[in-house]
Amino acid sequence: MTSPLQQKLKVNGPVIITANRLGDGAVVHFTADHRWTTQLDEAAVVTTAPAATELLHAAVADDIGAVGAYVAPVVLGAEGKPAPGNLRERIRVAGPTVALPSHPEF
Amino acid sequence: MQLVKGEHIVTDRYVRVLDDAPVPDNVPVIVPAARFLADAEEFMAREAPTGVLWPNNRKVSELEPYLDRLALIALVLPSFKDGRAYTQARQLRERYGFRGELRATGDVLRDQFLFMLRSGFDAFEVKKDADAAAFIAAIKRYSVFYQPTDDGHISAFSRRLARARTPVTSAAKVIAR
Amino acid sequence: MYHYDDFDRTLVAERVDEFRDQVARRLSGELSEDEFKPLRLMNGVYLQLHAYMLRIAIPYGTLSSAQLRMLGHVGRRYDRNYGHFTTRQNIQFNWIKLQDLPDAMADLAKVEMHGMQTSGNCVRNITTDQWAGVAADEIEDPRIWAEILRQHSTMHPEFSFLPRKFKIAITASTHDRAAVKVHDIGLRLHRNGAGEVGFEVLVGGGLGRTPYIGKSIKPFLHKRDLLSYIEAILRVYNQFGRRDNIYKARIKILVHELGAEAFAKEVEAEWQLIKDGALALDPAVIADVAARFSYPDYEQLEDSPATLTSALASDPQFKIWFGNAVSNHKVPGYAIVTLSLKPTGGPPGDATAEQMDAIADLADKYSFGEIRVGHEQNLVFPHVPQRDLPALWKAIDAIGVATPNLGTVSDIIACPGLDYCSLANARSIPVAEEITRRFRDHNLARDLGRLHINISGCINACGHHHVGHIGLLGVEKNDQEYYQVSIGGRADEHAELGTLLGPAVPYAEAVDVVEDLVAAYLELRARPDEIFLDTVKRVGVEPFKERVYATR
Repeated sequence: MTSPLQQKLKVNGPVIITANRLGDGAVVHFTADHRWTTQLDEAAVVTTAPAATELLHAAVADDIGAVGAYVAPVVLGAEGKPAPGNLRERIRVAGPTVALPSHPEF
Repeated sequence: MQLVKGEHIVTDRYVRVLDDAPVPDNVPVIVPAARFLADAEEFMAREAPTGVLWPNNRKVSELEPYLDRLALIALVLPSFKDGRAYTQARQLRERYGFRGELRATGDVLRDQFLFMLRSGFDAFEVKKDADAAAFIAAIKRYSVFYQPTDDGHISAFSRRLARARTPVTSAAKVIAR
Repeated sequence: MYHYDDFDRTLVAERVDEFRDQVARRLSGELSEDEFKPLRLMNGVYLQLHAYMLRIAIPYGTLSSAQLRMLGHVGRRYDRNYGHFTTRQNIQFNWIKLQDLPDAMADLAKVEMHGMQTSGNCVRNITTDQWAGVAADEIEDPRIWAEILRQHSTMHPEFSFLPRKFKIAITASTHDRAAVKVHDIGLRLHRNGAGEVGFEVLVGGGLGRTPYIGKSIKPFLHKRDLLSYIEAILRVYNQFGRRDNIYKARIKILVHELGAEAFAKEVEAEWQLIKDGALALDPAVIADVAARFSYPDYEQLEDSPATLTSALASDPQFKIWFGNAVSNHKVPGYAIVTLSLKPTGGPPGDATAEQMDAIADLADKYSFGEIRVGHEQNLVFPHVPQRDLPALWKAIDAIGVATPNLGTVSDIIACPGLDYCSLANARSIPVAEEITRRFRDHNLARDLGRLHINISGCINACGHHHVGHIGLLGVEKNDQEYYQVSIGGRADEHAELGTLLGPAVPYAEAVDVVEDLVAAYLELRARPDEIFLDTVKRVGVEPFKERVYATR
């Protein structure tokens, strides 16, 4: 999980472009038709550096849709559906691994 | 790119002369630092105004011998995040008493106008037309300033003291705690 | 605490308007993200893993009950019902929406709060001791100077685009609770030989990728000269700090590369030119700022009133808490109470909106409406009458902030880590939570004595791991979390960086390592009251290293 903010673009497997939605910061992913979706299985999956670069450029250019776009690894499950490819992305998609503070009793 | 001076968009009467190009007579020019320094006396002897484009990594003290004859100094913000020109501007105005046009060039955006003005800039090569048009609105955003600078605004510290020393009227009130 | 006047309020209101306009221009696309990012950072708005994060300034860690209630309101209205108190005495909300921020900022402005300069390459929140103004060992209230510096550094036209962030801390006690030696500028109020009070100035301290202890460049600076001298330091830094490499851009690198002496000379040369100008502090200005700090109308009370002594005699739980959480106040009959935000099994430094409301109410009842935030991520009631301590304890126990673990193994300082932060390489919160679970026995924790554990999820060291008695630094190897362990660091007036023990250990073993270190300490300590840090100092790192790596 070396912060992607420090990554050089190299692609060693399936990747997607992921970012945060501009208005509310929600985690979103770039689709093949250049939309932003909160559903990971709608994300465009590419497997080469040139394809990832092209997709990334399009994503970054759309900074009204989302901000902070970067290349994130995925693993492909049944039917080629993408799932998060490392701990950082698992946390982004599923939320913090710790319970949020709450005090229901008072 | 538009030039804002005196709070309005104006025509730039200065010609930017690149390193080798001939310097036109009778026309205000801005020349790069190295070229200026190589022929400083000649430039200073010109009848038409001369300005210098000064990079943000050179000390402005090098310009000291010429400040009373230079009509314009253009300082550079290569990226708006690089704040060295603010220090250069304040030194030119407040330490060396430079009175000519102090122009901000480079990545000059709306959200830094007020900082630039307060640092001593009085002319702005504004990157975006929309920003140039919004100059007056941008600089009127704030009325309270904590720091004493030479831009005519007095610091909040001073305003408080002035208020405290003013005889109390029914409108003004000083609350001592 | 400081009371805003209309100048202060106007500035914040103008800032809210400006930010509302900037957000609108961003949402419409008139501003690109590149142009907007530094602007939002200057208002404390970060983009993190899951959402935006808002960092709100709590100047020198002082809050009124009205302000704390408003923080609870922000948590409820715009976030997920809780906030996180940071190692720089600020508060963070992790789920905030950009489109809501102008309204949230407007709400905060109603109680004179804002996120100005809690991020960005400018001067950040000026921090101090959470016991400022009430500590028995303090020379004078450092917050007055923190406020003067706060105003001077707010929207400073020359220093809003520094090479990198700039952090100042100030202490006025012999025992430094503000960690001034690991700040870009550290100020220590003290008396010189002639009995005058002034500042020792340290520069170039800092943690992160290249940690340094600050260098003293001015043994004694008169109060009159504070602003001009700070201005000179900032000017030298603004001109000569590196801008080519983000990891070498802090002032500590400049001080290191020039050498402290050469750096001090540059500052001195600049300072000589400005020291008698507009920045020379008029005593009337200082008095004016000081006058807007209000102090409680303390009653004339005796120490150790009957309600207190009888509760101590009759209630063992109260006695345990009292011994842990109550500290001496400079006014007789009063006490300083620390509230633990480190519940067993919970994330360190968080408070729910409900807790914030309850704490605000208790502050009104028992602490003249004032709360403090410490850099160790706990809260403080600075003015509690000793006679009210038994009643107060019951009340704070009911809201879960009376865990008697302050300063012990489970009073952990931790950054948010990979659960929240986009810079992180590893998680810190679950490690902290597990440590508190393993050491939930407060008798054991008490026996271990003072033990500061600091956890950072990446090299940026927001958890201050370099200066922990035990420091854990999360790193990543092949998509696995590992932790580098260091011991023997300290953040106080004898500040020192910890020593790395050996190879990083995997996530599953990180807490085991802490247990091994504790076990080693128990065997090695000379006496029960020799704390962990002193044992490390006495026997060195080797015996601990052997113990930890014997089976790894």
